Formats: sequence, C-alpha cells, structure tokens
Amino acid sequence: MTALATDTALRIDGVSRVFGAGAGQVHALDGIHLDVRPGEFVCLLGASGCGKSTLLSLVAGLDRPTVGTVDTGGRRVGMMFQDSALLPWLTAGGNVEVPLKLRRVPKATRRARVDELLGMVRLAGQGDRRPHELSGGMRQRVSLARAFAQEADILCMDEPFGALDAMTRDLLHDELERIWRETGVTVLFVTHDVREAVRLGDRIVLLSSRPGRVAEIFDVAMDRPRRIDEHQVSELASVVTARLRQEVARHGH
Amino acid sequence: MATDTDTVTSRSLEAGSGTDGRNLGPGPGGDPATGDPATPAQRTSDEALAGLDALDLPVSSGRPTAGRIWSVTWPKIAALALFLLVWQIVVWSGWKPTYVLPGPGDTLPEFFDQLGTGEFWDAFGRTLTRAGEGYAVAVVLGGVVGLVVARFGLLRAAVGSFITALQTMPSVVWVPLAILLFKLNESAIMFVVVLGAAPSVANGVIYGVDYVPPLLVRVGRSMGARGFSLYRHVVAPAAFPSVLAGLKQGWAFAWRSLMAGELIVIVPGHPSIGADLQNARDLSDTVGVLVSMLTIFAIGVAVDAVFNILDRRMRERRGLLSEGSNAVRAARGPRNGRPKEDLAGPTGPVGPLSGADTSAV
Repeated sequence: MTALATDTALRIDGVSRVFGAGAGQVHALDGIHLDVRPGEFVCLLGASGCGKSTLLSLVAGLDRPTVGTVDTGGRRVGMMFQDSALLPWLTAGGNVEVPLKLRRVPKATRRARVDELLGMVRLAGQGDRRPHELSGGMRQRVSLARAFAQEADILCMDEPFGALDAMTRDLLHDELERIWRETGVTVLFVTHDVREAVRLGDRIVLLSSRPGRVAEIFDVAMDRPRRIDEHQVSELASVVTARLRQEVARHGH
Repeated sequence: MATDTDTVTSRSLEAGSGTDGRNLGPGPGGDPATGDPATPAQRTSDEALAGLDALDLPVSSGRPTAGRIWSVTWPKIAALALFLLVWQIVVWSGWKPTYVLPGPGDTLPEFFDQLGTGEFWDAFGRTLTRAGEGYAVAVVLGGVVGLVVARFGLLRAAVGSFITALQTMPSVVWVPLAILLFKLNESAIMFVVVLGAAPSVANGVIYGVDYVPPLLVRVGRSMGARGFSLYRHVVAPAAFPSVLAGLKQGWAFAWRSLMAGELIVIVPGHPSIGADLQNARDLSDTVGVLVSMLTIFAIGVAVDAVFNILDRRMRERRGLLSEGSNAVRAARGPRNGRPKEDLAGPTGPVGPLSGADTSAV
C-alpha cells in the first residue's frame, strides 16, 4: 500500500466495478487507469451512468473494486457530497467536530480546530447555527470544513455545487480554489458541468458511460485564478463539450 | 420602468458597498490602509460572499413566548369548558337520576376534597410508582430487543412481525395469565405493564434504525465511523424521532395496561387509583368512579405534555418546525412574502409522532 512514488498521491490501476451478477450485471467502471499527483486538482467529467460516484466511493474506501487496485499510499481521504449531508441534530460547529471526535482529538484542541476550520470557509462565528438555519451555499461550506476536519490529504467531492444557484456556485469556486491553494490538498472533483471543470481543474478526465471508461484526459494549461465567463475557459469548454456529446451520442443507436 | 431598474443595477455594480453591508454587488478592491495582502479579486469575492450570507440568513420571527403559551393554552381551556357544559346539560336533561350520573357540580368539589386527603396521595403515589417502574423496565427491555432485532436480519425475519402482533394485543388479555403466574401481587401488575409497553418501544427503535437516511450512513462511514461509533454518532441520533414516538406510544400502552392490571389485580393493603375505582364501583359510588377517572385523565394529560415538549424541542433543533408544522405551512403557501424553500431541506426522518393511540385495552 505504501509503494507509491513520491510524485503520486493516488493510483487507480485497472479498476473495474461490477454490480449484480448474471443477466442483470451492470459494469459501472471498466479498466480505469489514473495517476494523480499530490496537490493536483482533477475533475472527473461525464454524463449519467459514467460511474463517477462509484469511482469516488472506491477512492474513499466506501466500496471495493471488483478488479484492480486503488492505492492512496496510506493517505487519508475525505468526502463531500452533493447534498451537504450535514447531521441535522448538530450545529454547524458540531458537524465539523464529528471527525475530530472520531479520531479522539482532545476536547480543548477540538474547539480551537473547529473555529479555525469555520474561519477557513468564512463562517467564523456561525458555528452555533443549525443546518436548517443556513443557506445551501453555507451548508456546503460547513460540509467542506467537515471534510477538512478529517485531515484528509485527498478530498473527494461528488458534485458539491450541483444544487446551488449560479452566483453562489461562482463564489464557492473562488473559495475552493483559495483553500486548495492554501492547504495543498489533492482534489478529485466530480461534476457534469463542463465549464465548472475547466474553471477548477488542472486536468479534466472525461469518462464514457456504461461502462465507465476514461475516454480522454484534457490538460488545462491556463493561469489561475480563472473566471468562469473568461474567453479561454469558454473555448476549452466547447472543445470538451463536443467530445462529451460524441461520447453520449454513441448510446443513441 | 425597465430603464430605472437597469440604472439601479449598474450603479450598485459600480459603487459596490451598500449602506447596510448586505449589498450583492462586488465592492471596490482592497483597502490600502488595512494592508490586507489579499488580491483585489479575492477581496471582491470575499465581500460578495459575506453579502450573500447576510442575505441568506433567516430573519428570526420574534414572537414572545408568553403569547405562544397562551395561544396553545386557551383552546384547551375552551375545550374543557365545553366538555363540562355538555356534561351538565346531559345531567339537566334528566337522562339518568343524579345518584347514578352526578353533574360536575357534585363531582368536582369531591375531586378537590380528595386532593387534601392522605389516602388519595397514597393511592396516587403507588400507582405512579408502578407506572414508572414498569415503564422503565419496558423501555430497557424494548430498547434492547429493538436494537438486536434491527441489527440482525435473521432475528428480524423470525420475530419482527410477532412484536407488532404483541403490540396490537389488548393488554388486559395478559391479566389472567399474570394472576396465575404471580398470584395477586405487585409482580403480576408489573408483568402486564411491561408486556403492554415493551413492544411499542421495540418497534420505535426498529423503525428508527430502518429509516436512517442511507446518505447519513455514507457520510458517517466516509468520516471513519464504524460499528459502535457509527451507531453513536449517526444511527442513534438519526433514529431518535422514531424512538421518541415509540417511547410516547409505549407510555400510553403502559398506562392502559396498568389500569387494566389495577382494576383486576387488587393487592390487599396496597391502595391504588385502579383499586379506588373498583371499590367505588362496588359501592355504586358514581362520584368516586368519576373522581378516579378524572385523576387518571389528568395524569395522562400531564405526561402527554412532557412528551410534547420533548418532541417540540427535538423538531425545533432539527428545523422540522418553525411556525406550525411544515406540512401546514406548505399547505397554506408562503406567508409574509418570505420564500423559505432555500432554507428548508431537513435530512432527518420525520417521526410518526401523532399516531400513538391505535389500540385500546
């Protein structure tokens, strides 16, 4: 498990995941190869049924591949979901505290760390609010703080901004990029929004659907910070979109 | 009109900072005086985010607590007054002679007189002790059985439906067996109360665990919770609404079972409310019967109020309640012109707390 080279944070090696058996068998993922550098921001892009979420579950250790290996070299993996999935019986701060409790961090340290993390997502002083008292964007930031409370080296994000309005999403892109730069975390970001992928990613991994395979990998050689309405972003986005449509069209016949 | 709006929009985009700090438009770049190292672009983004947050936070509806208490109290007082009125009208109608059916004017003074006697409190204390002990045992037993059954599929298949069948069985049915097993003593009453209440508690636990949202379990596991810690941090609190509903229903069954037990299993030298009721009937003392019934009813109301407070607090904490129930508010449509759909979105299950009284003794 620790045989990874120093320039690799995550190695996905020939991974397939098959659900069910016999005639009802579904190949969610088929022969995925992907190496991710430490501190890299990789966007996984694909239409429905490309197994994006399955892949994240494998990386997060919530599921095992049918064939192949997922090697994180012992790195800790944090996970963030589309629905913020905050525990509704806890306050915002209480939610961020749960991963610390699970790692038996002493109480005094916990409080300080929670404040620090809430400050990082620009929610200082909001720790006593309950999830239902927060807006969608604020809940996702609490969720982000909670993922960081796991002291994760690899952060898996499953369409985290998919349910937000455009302005909030735009601002959260800025926030995420800042935090990513500050922490040096490796990010695996699932999305079906091509512009979002171009806005954020160092690389974009385009997955085909049923079974999920790596169709193409795009390097995004563009200076940061980018803006989602920038000309260059639109240009690359249209190239990626064309390729994505090509993939989707294969299923129409 | 359109031109006005456009002007306002473009002005706020240029000028940025509003007077109340809630502007949506990006403000001007960094303030050189503060020496903030952030880039102007980053600062703009931060300010917009802060503005958005300020707009998104709910405005608390500051309704005074005294008003809220009155608003839930007066309907109860009115209902009580109406009940007494109907009772009095039936008595006045001469349907039964007053020694068979006395009116509230004869019954209530006797009730309040009783409150001043030692015998009453002796019986009251014994009945409540029995209820409390029986209920406590039922909660522990039902809780353990519920957890074990919810955890192991084989057990679920084996005894799951029996638990529900037990729950629907009238608890008075257990009394003859209890008398044969334990004779006329406290154990017999305890037996009936525990068997009456435990199935409800167990079912509350089983359904609570069943209805834990799978997403929350995934979240817990992704945070590294396994086995006991997953139960402690995710499953148990997520199941709590249903468990509370089971506890409430369990209490109702315990109380009914206890009354069935006390009416039949009269332990000599151990006065209780049920025994008083039975004695009054034997002496054809309708006032005495009604006084005991009023006591039983009053205890039921008081305990129900405690459960309602717990339930309300739980729902408030989880955002399942703001003004009236969510369902009622949704049916009424948005009021006060403040759309709230963005702020809704409870992830927890809504416990079926109202359907407690489903079967009779």
